[in-house]
Amino acid sequence: MSKYHPVIGLEVHVELATQSKMFCGCPADHFAVSPNTQTCPVCLGLPGALPVPNKKAVEWTMMLGLALDCKVNLESKFDRKHYFYPDLPKGYQISQYDAPLCGVGKLGKIRIRRVHLEEDTGKLQHTTLNGKKVSLVDFNRSGVPLVEVVTEPDLTSALEAEKFARELQLIIRYLGISDADMEKGSMRLEANISLATSEVAKLPGYKVELKNINSFGFMKKAIGVEIKRQEEILSSGKKVTQETRGYSEETGKTFSQRTKEEEQDYRYFPEPDIPPMKYSNKQINELSNKIPELPNVKREKLKKLGLSVNYVEVLVADRSRAEYFEQALRQAQGKLAEPAKLIASVMVNQNLDQDFPEPAGLIRKLIELGKRKYVQVDEVEKVVQVVLKENGKAVQDYSKGKKEVLGFLIGQVQAGLKGQGNPRQIQEILVNSLSDDQN
Amino acid sequence: MPMAKLKKSDVEHVAKLANLTLSQKELTQYTKQLEAVLDYMDVLNELDTSAVEPTYQILDDTKNIFREDKVQSSLTQDDALSSAKDTYNGFFVAADVFGSKKEKNIPEKATSRIKLDQYNAILTKANPEGNLGHKDLFVTKGIETTAGSRVLAGYLPQYDGTVVKLLKDAGYVTKYKLNQDAWGHGASGENSDFGPTKNPWDMSKVSGGSSSGSAVAVATGVVELATATDTCGSVRMPASYTNVCGIKPTYGAVSRYGVIAFASSLDCPSLISSTVTKLRKYFQIIYKGDPLDATSQSKARSEHVDKKVKKLGIPREFISEGIDKETREIFLKATEIYKSLGYEIVDISLPHTKYGVAAYYIIAPTETASNLSRYDGVRYGHPRSFFGPEAKRRIMLGTFASSAGYVGRYYEKAARARTLIKSDLAKAFEKVDAIVAPVSPIPPYDIGEKVNDPLQLYLMDVYAAPASLSGVPSLALPCGFTNSGLPTGMQIFGPRWSEGALFDLGEKYQAKTDWHKKKPKV
Repeated sequence: MSKYHPVIGLEVHVELATQSKMFCGCPADHFAVSPNTQTCPVCLGLPGALPVPNKKAVEWTMMLGLALDCKVNLESKFDRKHYFYPDLPKGYQISQYDAPLCGVGKLGKIRIRRVHLEEDTGKLQHTTLNGKKVSLVDFNRSGVPLVEVVTEPDLTSALEAEKFARELQLIIRYLGISDADMEKGSMRLEANISLATSEVAKLPGYKVELKNINSFGFMKKAIGVEIKRQEEILSSGKKVTQETRGYSEETGKTFSQRTKEEEQDYRYFPEPDIPPMKYSNKQINELSNKIPELPNVKREKLKKLGLSVNYVEVLVADRSRAEYFEQALRQAQGKLAEPAKLIASVMVNQNLDQDFPEPAGLIRKLIELGKRKYVQVDEVEKVVQVVLKENGKAVQDYSKGKKEVLGFLIGQVQAGLKGQGNPRQIQEILVNSLSDDQN
Repeated sequence: MPMAKLKKSDVEHVAKLANLTLSQKELTQYTKQLEAVLDYMDVLNELDTSAVEPTYQILDDTKNIFREDKVQSSLTQDDALSSAKDTYNGFFVAADVFGSKKEKNIPEKATSRIKLDQYNAILTKANPEGNLGHKDLFVTKGIETTAGSRVLAGYLPQYDGTVVKLLKDAGYVTKYKLNQDAWGHGASGENSDFGPTKNPWDMSKVSGGSSSGSAVAVATGVVELATATDTCGSVRMPASYTNVCGIKPTYGAVSRYGVIAFASSLDCPSLISSTVTKLRKYFQIIYKGDPLDATSQSKARSEHVDKKVKKLGIPREFISEGIDKETREIFLKATEIYKSLGYEIVDISLPHTKYGVAAYYIIAPTETASNLSRYDGVRYGHPRSFFGPEAKRRIMLGTFASSAGYVGRYYEKAARARTLIKSDLAKAFEKVDAIVAPVSPIPPYDIGEKVNDPLQLYLMDVYAAPASLSGVPSLALPCGFTNSGLPTGMQIFGPRWSEGALFDLGEKYQAKTDWHKKKPKV
């Protein structure tokens, strides 16, 4: 065991799946769209343009906060965060500073510090034109609503961080507010990592911010190698530099991007173009009522049905499948024996739900299959005796060792049962009867 | 607690935060000037604001202004890219973000601009058949819009602002784009990057600013109506100095969408015309809430009913110290007209008047430093090196006042002082129905006389600040001439949404006087 204890906090950015952008009417879905075809005076930062906030984005942010047990702030506002970069058209980002929409909350054991709403930046591509290095800018993404979830530094391992991020993604998908796709960039992670010398010690006096993580797998790896890197530095008696580091998928290592000496002064101040937001407890309750059953509740419900952890996780990982399962289960009551396990089994192992868009269809199919299975044994035995009597030649051939006639006999029994027999049961009874004959 | 000496390295740090590259000469100059201004700002430390909430917006408690989540049409790619210097395959081309700072700041050569009229009031001639002049802060689709700054020289906007559209729909066609102090930064009209606007009553005098071209175009009769803006006197000052009428509306009464932002919590799109009656008529066209401006949607607009005006107050702080003797006499004589019309004139106090300029020159530069951040020369316009000296000064001042370690001392302190100034007016309006006051402490002065002393110029805004910081409307109208034949104006301000009452008062005054009928020899 290492003598160091990792202290990890996450900052998660999620693009909301609203129709329009945060402060203007341009389409928000910018994936695989020609550059600069979804911009307007507002999101292009043209002179004289003004922002008007998207109501749905504000409500969705509060719903995410509520889903994370956050205290929703009854009074909130937007602020300007200033820095210069060519993908930031106004030279400031409209974000939230000291009155975020949602304050402290928790997800499992991990405390949430805040959930706030801001706007995304444009996208840069770096290339060389006429022998000169340049940055190409596309503003389609500029102004897309972006929620930021910030945790307290409560995470202690790469695995725990990964689990947290996956669960957050699942909650976001259950809320239907974003596809939270890491590969597409609609969910982005930053991890603040440092090492403490004891579990109870105060926070270490530095932190390394890890950026450019675009899959859960890389996140786990990146945090892992960063922890190792810091361990080596500390073990050799040196100090870890406070800085921002990236993760290279090629080398599998983290690398320095910016040291904190150049730390930005964002000069936040209240956004004068947007009136404040004020909500009543009644309005918050109304939003609360719009929140669907969340993964953890669903998980507990499915576990109580006696399903295995594997089945539960596969079903809960997709809200629509989990709901399909529950509907199917309701419809199967009284019609199928041990319906939960049966439905879960055919969904998880055979993807049978894909063949039946409506749960009712799946249930009909299962009942049909179930009926065949449960044709009475004495019925099978009766037909077997009849078939054996009528096919003396075949019985003789069998006793001479010509075992292949068994298939013919099974077919005869099945025909006698109008196809409702359990093939294995028929075979068992036939073989028993034939050996009885021989004795 | 006196301000510690400002070091050159502090100024260098602020310049870096503001993304400005300053020469050694500029650094030395700004260090000195900023120090003088900041020294003056410390007057705010006289105020105990520990129990005072800061005021960042004046909105009658307007809250939760949203748009529904609906897609609206975007610009075409061609339109989006149309003003960019450099594009490639549908992308904007910016300097390499990993490249060195030096490479990015190769200054371009500024082109000189041909003067279109003897007063330098006109920046662009749009349509000879037109009947309307726009201050060059108003964004006009396809018509060059510069904000009086070289940064935007040649910029052809992709859209019309709301006021421009409303006037267009009412049949007003843009004839001219008019000169102004660049970005609205100035009270004299001398801070235009394209040269000062001259006063038609005396070509050696300033015309007042920042809406200098708008006032001069109306004064000289080339248009009957001009748009303008008033952030802290930018309509009232030039109206007063050129003998025309101007209305600075209630903050939020007129949409700011498509008016290039100077200081967002103070900017009021405004109008200038030759009589109050005309102003009243034109004002109806633009007096509307706008879904594109979240700060224009106060419910108080529709709930307001003008009270019958009986009592007018004169703030004693405006006529005691620092006012030119002749200006004071002219103003007091003007108030006699109201007495003769049966109004009661009472002495009132706006005790925080002297803090107005300090609060304003922290709040407005902070907001302007932010609003001018978008000018990076990538999507339109020229690089930041094209900003003129006053814009750079205000960007530096505002960046400093809102920077880490100073925001509490300056920006927040000013916002608290703003609350006190606002409550001065609220208390005054419990006693009187409107306030009459001079516009400027002194008559028009010589062009160039004060340019090297920014603080002296800033102090010209002392009578404009209370109405601006409180977001109340103020009507400026001519009220007499000095012995040397220079015009003098007065202002009447009332509670928020009282424009109707102000127009009534203005019309009554103009029915009894003919100052507004006097025209300069053109």
